[in-house]
Amino acid sequence: MDSTANLAGEGTVSAEAAPFYKRLLRMRETGLIVIILGLFFIMSFASPYFLTWANMRAMSMAFAVDGILVVGMTILLISGGIDLSVGSVTALAMVIAGWLFLSGIDPWVASGISIALCTGIGAFMGFFVTRIGLHHFIVSLAVMVIARGACLLFTGGRPLGLYTLPPEFKFIGQGTIGPIPIVIVIFLVFVIAFDFMLRRTTMFRKVFYTGSNEKAAAYSGIRTKKVIFLTTTLCSTLCGVAGIIYMARFGSAQPTFGLGLELTIIAAAVIGGASLNGGSGSILGAILGVILLSLVSSSLALLDVSVYWQDIIRGSILLAAVTIDHYLNKRRA
Amino acid sequence: MQDDVILNISNLSKSFGPVKALRGIDFELRKGEIHAIAGENGAGKSTLMNVIDGILQPDSGQIILDGASVKITSPTKAQRLGIGFVHQEIALCPDVSVAENIFMAKTNVSRSWLMDYRKLEREAIDVFKQLSDIDPSVLVKSLSISNQQLVEIAKALTLDCRILILDEPTAALTEAEAQTLFAIMRRLADQGISIIYISHRMVEIFDNCDRVSVFRDGQHIVTQNVKDVGPSDVVNAMVGRVIDELYPEKQRAEARSDEAILEVRNLSDAKRFHDVSFALKRGEILGIAGLIGAGRSEIVKGICQLEGSVSGDVLLNGTPLKLKNYQDSIANGIVYLSEDRKGDGVFLDLPIAANISALKLEQVANGMGLIQSGAEMAQADALGRKLNLKCGSLSDPVSSLSGGNQQKVALAKLLSVNPRLIFLDEPTRGVDVGAKSEIHRILRDLAHDGVGIVVISSELPELIGVCDRVLVVREGRISGQVAGDAMTEENIMHLASVMDADAAVA
Repeated sequence: MDSTANLAGEGTVSAEAAPFYKRLLRMRETGLIVIILGLFFIMSFASPYFLTWANMRAMSMAFAVDGILVVGMTILLISGGIDLSVGSVTALAMVIAGWLFLSGIDPWVASGISIALCTGIGAFMGFFVTRIGLHHFIVSLAVMVIARGACLLFTGGRPLGLYTLPPEFKFIGQGTIGPIPIVIVIFLVFVIAFDFMLRRTTMFRKVFYTGSNEKAAAYSGIRTKKVIFLTTTLCSTLCGVAGIIYMARFGSAQPTFGLGLELTIIAAAVIGGASLNGGSGSILGAILGVILLSLVSSSLALLDVSVYWQDIIRGSILLAAVTIDHYLNKRRA
Repeated sequence: MQDDVILNISNLSKSFGPVKALRGIDFELRKGEIHAIAGENGAGKSTLMNVIDGILQPDSGQIILDGASVKITSPTKAQRLGIGFVHQEIALCPDVSVAENIFMAKTNVSRSWLMDYRKLEREAIDVFKQLSDIDPSVLVKSLSISNQQLVEIAKALTLDCRILILDEPTAALTEAEAQTLFAIMRRLADQGISIIYISHRMVEIFDNCDRVSVFRDGQHIVTQNVKDVGPSDVVNAMVGRVIDELYPEKQRAEARSDEAILEVRNLSDAKRFHDVSFALKRGEILGIAGLIGAGRSEIVKGICQLEGSVSGDVLLNGTPLKLKNYQDSIANGIVYLSEDRKGDGVFLDLPIAANISALKLEQVANGMGLIQSGAEMAQADALGRKLNLKCGSLSDPVSSLSGGNQQKVALAKLLSVNPRLIFLDEPTRGVDVGAKSEIHRILRDLAHDGVGIVVISSELPELIGVCDRVLVVREGRISGQVAGDAMTEENIMHLASVMDADAAVA
């Protein structure tokens, strides 16, 4: 009889979480940081150019804008959606803003219109997903193709050279504050803001509920359709922001920009812990995923590995990361 | 005696990491018997069944089938050995016909490369006819849950199995369907098939089984002939302590109040229920009985605006309610506990604390909409203690809990908003005996404190044991109500199934 008395006693509620270092060890982010540091260490020996200021700057510039896209994608994945159109919508943002600028509109106003248009595209997709009931995958696949077509239509397939962009506009893509590029500052602002909101605000907690179990969320009084509509829209808005920054950085609008970018962004989010089934993911993890993929790319370039190998290697990293995670999750369960 | 033993398991053990799920189990199954397995969740029943079905491999011990030692390495191997397992969770292909679903399992074990569709279909229909008069050519997704369960059973029967394992097959069945199933089980047993029957319901075990084995904490406690023992012996063996009363005390006559918490008048959704009127008095627990598909859940979901649009009046504490949606309903303190816990009751992969706070996040957030994790933990801790929730840490995912404790989380989620009225749809489905009686006690305490409690259940003894009054729904209309001594299974079944429209037993 005393064995049952014991059972009732030992298991009852305890509010204590596992010790901090143990939680740290279990976190996906910790593993990614270790891998990134390891790569850093190896590369600093493997290539004399790696640890130069110029290379560090080039590398961080490379992942910074993609980082903004991955924020939107991660939030959308957590809510249970996916967006294949990020590459072409980013290009479209660039092209529309560039085209408006060339038509004589102030570049800031043109950027505003362009970002608003991207928001509209997101709302359009959100409408098809939540009201008509189509799958994110199909809707965004269609929009991916349409947006790319629109890019080519506006530009006639040629990049728009924006040589007359005022310097203060180019500053957001090319300028620095002290030694730090503005792009990095913008990136950090977005990442820190969204990471904080995702962790702490009630608004974004509802994104987790919706993605984890949409029906249970509805039965908890959460307007799941609204949540999905908003995450879909947010992802496209951030594409607009990223497109404008790219435009300022390149001083041109390229209709073929970002081909295949959606896959890199989704891969980064998934490496960082986002689940395609929704309900899990973190901004920090996803950013580390972008950094890892970008680090690998530039390392391979520095080591003179053929461009063709790079995709093979990046794909393999994605598969390895997801496989390892699958087994870790299984062991935990 | 020895030679009619078909399955003999000796000294079987199985561990998951540090957890010893089975410790030296001895178990024997005789030819043609219906052998009940009883035990609380986590007692090791499922683990043992999964070992017999080849899903799990034991760490040590022996399985002797028909006198020969066997190693059951996979469910396919188990099927070839004549072991059929009907899982509690339904695993059918919804877009495929009933007949094709039935012979799916058979296709799997047959060694032929080609499909003999006609022969398989004929066999499927033969088997299914014994169980139900449903047309085997309809798609599975068009069937009710209970009929899908019958398809699962038919699937196992096509395998010419010698041992049939049924894991809580009646959880989703109505009484009448369950009775049909028991008749079929008896017939199969008479044909020499041995049936292992897992259930939480004592009545079923005592009415239909030959022997009962009780498990607790991964150990085999006792096996006895059903006719030699009583339900309380089994329950006591299961929990290892004496449960003096299965159900909490009912409302006292002098405590009765005329004050209505909820009044429903002429509620209709024009499709699944019509002209529903009833009142819930302060302090009472009101039950809603009826066959599955009669419209029980639809009525309460209609009241709290979870589904469809309804006409008619709903009064809460005498004030007419005009709810636009479920958000409104929650804001007015009316909440609904779903019948499908895993499907839409809890967020399995999210932490316990985050589950409990989901209904009204503002309660654990500051003015700026920032969630205070301290407040969230404190809320979960307080409600967890109130409901005697057993868990490791409140930041563990809900999937780490047993069924009973998952249900307590779902309940804690509702209680977090201090509801005035709770609709509970099958509140103890898949919940072990101990947690079940705890949940019943909680409901009674809530009712005593003035919270309106409405319980829907397919389990008549539960309704009779817990409720002060039971409404019976048939084909979308209230066919009558029973209270006091008139609350018997016969009366309720009569109202639920007989076409006699004005039969009201008071």
